[in-house]
Parts: sequence; structure tokens; C-alpha cells
Amino acid sequence: MLTKLTINNVVATVDVAPDMPLLWVLRDVLNIKGPKYGCGIGMCGACTVIIGGEAVRSCQKTVSSVTDQPVTTIEGLSPDGSHPVQVAWESIDVPQCGYCQAGQIMSAAALLQHTPHPTDAEIDAAMSGNLCRCGTYTRIRQAIHQAAQAGAAASKG
Amino acid sequence: MRMHRRSFLQLTALAGGGFALDLYRSPLAEAQGPEKKPELTPQAFIHIAPDGAVTIMARASESGQGMRNMLPMLIAEELDVDWKDVHVQQADLNEKIYGQQFSGGSANTPEGWEPMRRVGAAGRQLLVTAAAQSWAVPAAECTTRSGRVMHAASGRSASYGEFAAKAASLPAPDLATVKLKDPKDYCIIGHSQQGVDTHKIVTGKPLFGIDVELPGMLYASIEKAPVFAGKVKSANLDEVKTLPGIRHVLVIDGGITPAAYTPWEPGMEPGIAIVADTWWQAQQARKKLKVDWDLGPAATQSSQGFAAKAAELLKAPPANTVRRYGDVDTALKSAAKVVEATYEFPFIAHVTLEPQGSTAHWKDGKLEMWSTSTLPGDGRTLVAKTLGIQESDITTHMVRSGGSFGRRLQNDYLVEAAWIAKRVDAPVKLLWSREDDIAHDPFRPAGTFGLKAGLDAQGKMTAWRQHFVTFGDGKHATSGGGIGQDAYPAGFPPAYALYTSMQPLMLRTGALRAPGDNAYCWVAQSFLDEVACAAGRDPLDFQLELLNNKQMPWSSGEHDAVGDHEPTGASVLIPERYKGVLELVAEKSGWAKRTKVPGRGMGIAAWFCHLGYFAEVAEVSVDDRNQVTVHRVWAAGDVGSQIINPNAAESMVQGGIVEGMGHLAQEITLKDGQIQQSNFDDYPLMNMSQVPKIEVYWRKTDYAPTGLGEPTLPPILPAVGNAIFAATGKRIRTLPLQRSGFSWA
Repeated sequence: MLTKLTINNVVATVDVAPDMPLLWVLRDVLNIKGPKYGCGIGMCGACTVIIGGEAVRSCQKTVSSVTDQPVTTIEGLSPDGSHPVQVAWESIDVPQCGYCQAGQIMSAAALLQHTPHPTDAEIDAAMSGNLCRCGTYTRIRQAIHQAAQAGAAASKG
Repeated sequence: MRMHRRSFLQLTALAGGGFALDLYRSPLAEAQGPEKKPELTPQAFIHIAPDGAVTIMARASESGQGMRNMLPMLIAEELDVDWKDVHVQQADLNEKIYGQQFSGGSANTPEGWEPMRRVGAAGRQLLVTAAAQSWAVPAAECTTRSGRVMHAASGRSASYGEFAAKAASLPAPDLATVKLKDPKDYCIIGHSQQGVDTHKIVTGKPLFGIDVELPGMLYASIEKAPVFAGKVKSANLDEVKTLPGIRHVLVIDGGITPAAYTPWEPGMEPGIAIVADTWWQAQQARKKLKVDWDLGPAATQSSQGFAAKAAELLKAPPANTVRRYGDVDTALKSAAKVVEATYEFPFIAHVTLEPQGSTAHWKDGKLEMWSTSTLPGDGRTLVAKTLGIQESDITTHMVRSGGSFGRRLQNDYLVEAAWIAKRVDAPVKLLWSREDDIAHDPFRPAGTFGLKAGLDAQGKMTAWRQHFVTFGDGKHATSGGGIGQDAYPAGFPPAYALYTSMQPLMLRTGALRAPGDNAYCWVAQSFLDEVACAAGRDPLDFQLELLNNKQMPWSSGEHDAVGDHEPTGASVLIPERYKGVLELVAEKSGWAKRTKVPGRGMGIAAWFCHLGYFAEVAEVSVDDRNQVTVHRVWAAGDVGSQIINPNAAESMVQGGIVEGMGHLAQEITLKDGQIQQSNFDDYPLMNMSQVPKIEVYWRKTDYAPTGLGEPTLPPILPAVGNAIFAATGKRIRTLPLQRSGFSWA
């Protein structure tokens, strides 16, 4: 079945089963490898993308359910890693293995869109569904605070 | 003599009465004789373009431990180039020129520290020689800095690139005699350098095994029996072949015969491989598979059965004596007080966030592999043997993986991908599902310890007796289920005995971060805390006093205890270092001034493994529903004279602590031979809200630098357990926490 998608501001038409999860359409059909597979049941957050301003687990969305809804993946967050969340992640050197980090960054970006200055409790609530097997959580928290400050500085400037 | 990866493997399988506890530099490995080492040449590691661009090859596999930084940083430092100008490139597998390319046992730091610096220094010497010849000046008058050679007397200065071609043609200097920098002159080592892949990671570039993409590639998924090594009797293969996107359906007969002892890399597990246009289609087809399995003898196994057998063995006389000195039984009989306890820990799984998988392409009699293995040389050997091809016909690309923690030391997924590729006329990417990954993990084995300690009237320890019930065939303990002769506190109590008994296990096990130590440290340091409390002593003071009174030489001989200044030193506990981290963590955590508040407590523990020393203090609170919050953790580490990449090192400690906390609440159980956990809903990882503030402190000592992957992890388990005791008076003797009536908040 032909399905029209808008991924990172680019329109793509794919010929796949309507119940194919968005994650696998992105990865194996459109060759957009940023979103990762970790559990397939929406428990780990490695596949997180942003749809309608919300962090969404792309393994839990069928491709047919996101037609006409623009999808942003890590590749579309910024052209060059200049999004404040990416900048903070890089300057703190958050990743160890790095596998979960695209999902972490997408959840953090969605959080900051709604809540530009999150408290630790708000970070806990927004980020607890993104698992990091290496245990880089203290750095993720630090990076979110740093990105929030950078965002505030940018809006003042 | 040095430990080599092959020794590492043999060790894991050799644990008759033990020895697998500390996989690095065991006397057993040394007894296997000197290994022939490849001649390392700077030209293999360092490439300098005519324009001065510097490329350094990263020889070890990267799964998040920072090997792509650490080893090239050592080379770059002595090469005398600026790190910002270095391009790091992952080497393909070629141990003839790169030496060992495995990542495990926290071995890359001690094994790479000197050779990699010497490679860099040799590269620098070649460039200086080439410059001196070009300029017709004495080499001794030339200096280097930031990728340039200078000759002050003549005012000449030029980029390394100008001499690259000439240097490449010169004979390689003798690595043993090249001049190394004084550590005070280090510009790269000891300075935090961002991960070489960090920018690519935060921008979502395809870096990982799962991201490998080849033209015309097909995707594979394997359905395996719900019971270890169960075989395919029959299946609706013809029906599945007609499903959308399905290209091949292949029955894997496998090569494992379930037995009481399952060796490391036992062979292929049987199953049905489905090869499709997309992985999702292969997964969908698996749902339509109807397989009649011959489950075999492993179907009789259950956690309940293991526990019952362990209890029976614990009551019986032990089967093996690993270490015994003094008269333990008499000492216990005459003790003023005897403390007795049983500790039990479960099987746990590795759950790397990237599930296992590999990509392979068989073409014109040659195999090309994209491997996430951390033991890639053995992977190639195993693939060659399984496929009946020559190792020389295999090319192995080493791809970054989404975590290993010991899992990728085994190469089963690599062999499977290669086996499928040889039967398919296209490149094939195999990916395990999360459920496959948990059900077919080489688990950290469960175990049970029966312990007794004697105290005299003054509260001093007089005896320690422990009986470890593990798994194996009586001669060989299952991988990860051994214990060493010098397992702490061996050597310190006046009388000591360590016994083992084994029950059969038809299941694959393996090394999980700090193998052996990740469980035994919890047992030993929790029980020691119990004994200290029974003696009415502060657990820190009690342990320091124990460390001050070494009674017996190490099993490998006392001379080794002072030989650790060199990278080739022996792996024996040095009491001064152990005490040093305990004292440092006590100072930083305010241990002596901790206050008694109901429901809140601090616990302390320390451990030595893989040449590193860590002491950790945890502060917890426990609510009225026995839900535990860890608020703060202080860690003090001693891994020698130099922290090579400080920011990454601190991250590694924090990660080890978070992982260790995770172990406290995880368990794999079996019923009718089937693993009962399947995904992160019933096999939890720690999440953001549960992670404490973690402070990391270093105690720098005059020993060669050693690794951080392993030794950071073990102490957090008993530190948290001891803190729960301090908060509640209830001792955690059974893991996971839930089986002791506690859970994470």
C-alpha cells in the first residue's frame, strides 16, 4: 500500500504494509538510521521521534497512523548538530555506547519545547521512558539543564 | 609474560575449583607460557598524509568504553601531535599488525599503556630521523611539537607531512629503546578528550552494527526453541516461504549437545532462519511459524529445581577445596561468636541496548563481515571452523556496538550471520529481537554461598569459611561461575576455607562486566558488614583492621605482591591500595560523622578486581513500603598513576555504579527450561528518576594505569545492601531485592 509520509520536511511515498511500524519504515525503507530498535514494545525509548511536538516511540506507531503528520528524527533536529540539546550533549560528552542517545536527545528536545526550564522532577517525568544501559543519566540531566540555559540565553539575545 | 585473549578464554572454562574470578593476569594464564607477540610497527598505526593530516588507527573494538579514544590518545601523545588534528580510524581485524584487538577484562589500558605509547614515540622518531636527514642536521638537535619538526640552530621548521613519505620508508625503530615523554609534559593524556564518535552520535549518523547498509541487502531473524539447544523436528516451512517479502527459510541443525557443563562458544543453537526484504517482514513471518520442537533434556530445568539442589549441596560436605589454611573448623568451634548466613544471587542477562546481530556477505568464495564482536579474532576462527572455510578468506570490519558488557566476547550471532550469508546470494543483516536477546543470552550464572565467620572475645575475626554452590560438571565451573584461590578476604583471616560444589547446568553462561566479582563482591562485602556489626564494630574500621593483618601469602606467591609497578605485574591485591580507596571514600562521604536517622542509612564497600581498586559509599532511604531510594553515591578509585581520559573515566565509574544498581533488581528465572523474562517490562533497567548523585574521586598511586570497565561496578551492590541494613536493620541476603522484600522507589 502506498503511504505518504513527511519526514524531516521531506515528503516520501513508501509502498509498505499499513501496519508496518514507523521505526522500520524509517530504518529499513527510507534508510534513516538515527532512530534505534531496542525493545519493540515502547519500553526503552531508543526509537523516539517527534510528531506534533511530542516525543513518540516510533516502534509503536504504524506507518498508516502518521500519514500527513510531519515526523522529525534526530537527522532533522538540525542540519549540523547545532540544536541546543545536541550542542549540550556534545560539550558534556554524554554518550558511552551512544545507542540510546538519539532517543534521549529527541525526548529532551520535546521536553524543552514544552518546558524551557525543567526542574529535576520534570526531567525525571519526561525522561524516565528513555533507558540508557550504560548509565549516563547524570550527564543527560546535566546536558538538559545546560541546553535549557543556552536556550534562555539565545531567547534573551 | 602477559595475559593474552586466548588465555582469557581458557581461563573462563578452567574453573575446576575456581580461577575464573579475576580474568586478568591470573597465575594460571601466566603458567601457560609466553605468547608470541606481533612486532608492532608505527607505520601500521600511524598514517601521515603529505598535507600533514594525521590518522591513527584504533585497534580495539568500541562498545562505549572509550577504546577509540584511549588507545589512539596514547599514540598521539608520544607522536607529539595535537589531538584536534588527529583523525581516528577503526582498524579492520588484523592482529598480525595491530596485536590484540579484543576489548575485555579491562585489559586494554594495562596492555596498551606502554606498547601504544612506544608506537607513537617510534613514529615521532621516524619523522625526526627523516627531517634530520633531509636537513642534514643531527637528529639529536631536532625537537617536535604539534605535528612539526623544528631545528632551532638553523631556524628550520616543517610539518610532519613533509617527511611522511621518507619516514614511511625508514626501518622501524626498536620499540624497546624509543624515548618516552616525562608524564609532566603530557598534553593529551590526562586531559579530557571528547569521544571521537560523539558528534556523529548526537547527529544520528549510522555508526552501529544495526546501521550497516549494503546494496541489495536482505534481513534475517532466527526463531529458536524456547529451551536451550532445542532442535527443530518439523515446521510449516513451505507456508512461511510464501509470506510477503520472504526470500529464504533455512533450518539450522545446530551443534550443541546439552550437558552438565556448557563450554564457552558451544556452537550454533538450532533454529529457523528467515531471510526477508525487511527485518519486520521476517519478524512477521516468525509469528506464522509453527514449529514442532524437540526440546531435549534442558526442558527439565527450573529455578525452583536449582534452588532445591543448591540447598541440598550446601548441607552436604563440599566437593572441592579451592583454598584452605589454618584450622577453620576448630577456630569456628572455639570462637566466642559465630556469624552464619546464606547468600543467593540469580542469573542475570547482559541486555545490551543494541541487540545482537551482524552483517555478512558471501561472494566468490570469500566472506566479508561487519562485526560488533569484542573478541573478533576468535569470532573469525569460529566462523571459519563452522563454515569450513579458511580464515584468510574472511575480512572482518569492526563496527561500533550499542554496548557489550561482556556479551560480545561471544560470537554466536556472528557465526549465525555468516552461516546464513553462505546460503544466500546477497549480503545479509541478522538482528536478534529483544526477546531473542534475553532468552538466548549467555547469562551471568546464579549462585549460592554458605558462610560462617568466627569472632573472638575481643571482636576480632578468627575464621572465615565459605562454601560456594555453583554450576558445572564437577570439574569445570560454568563461565562466570568460578572463584579464585585468592578471592578476598583470603589471606587475611587467621583461618580460612573456600569450598565449591557444582550442580549441572544445560545453559550457556558467560562473562558479564566484572565476571565473578559482580556477584561475589556483594556476598563477601555484605557478609563482612554483618560480621563487623556482630562484633559491634564500625564496618570501615573492621575492614581496615582486617587489611592490616595479612596472615598468608597469595596462592601465586608472595613476590607478586610488590611487582605491580610494571604493566606485566601480577594481579594480586595490595592492601595499602585497598585501604587507600576505603579511607578516601570515607573522608569524602563524611562516613565518620554520619548520623542515625530511622529509614535512612549509609553503607560502605570496596573491591579489587581487574587490577583496579574501588570503594563506594551509598546513602539510601527506605519508605514504609520498603521502597528504596539511593540518594547519593561516593566512589573512590585507584587505577594507578594516570587517568588517561578524565571525563570519560568519570563517566565509566558513574555507569558502573548505575549498572550495579540495576543488577540488584534484575533476575532471569527458568521454568520447564524456558526463560521467563522477555523484555524491559519484566527485566528492568535503571531509569533517570532512580539514579543518584554520584561523586567520583581518584587516588593516584605509583602504579601503571589500569582499566575501568570492570572494577567500578562490584562495590555498589554491597554498598547499597549495607545501607539498607543501616536504614532498616534488615539484611539483604537474597537478590534481587524483591526477593528480600524490597524494591526501588
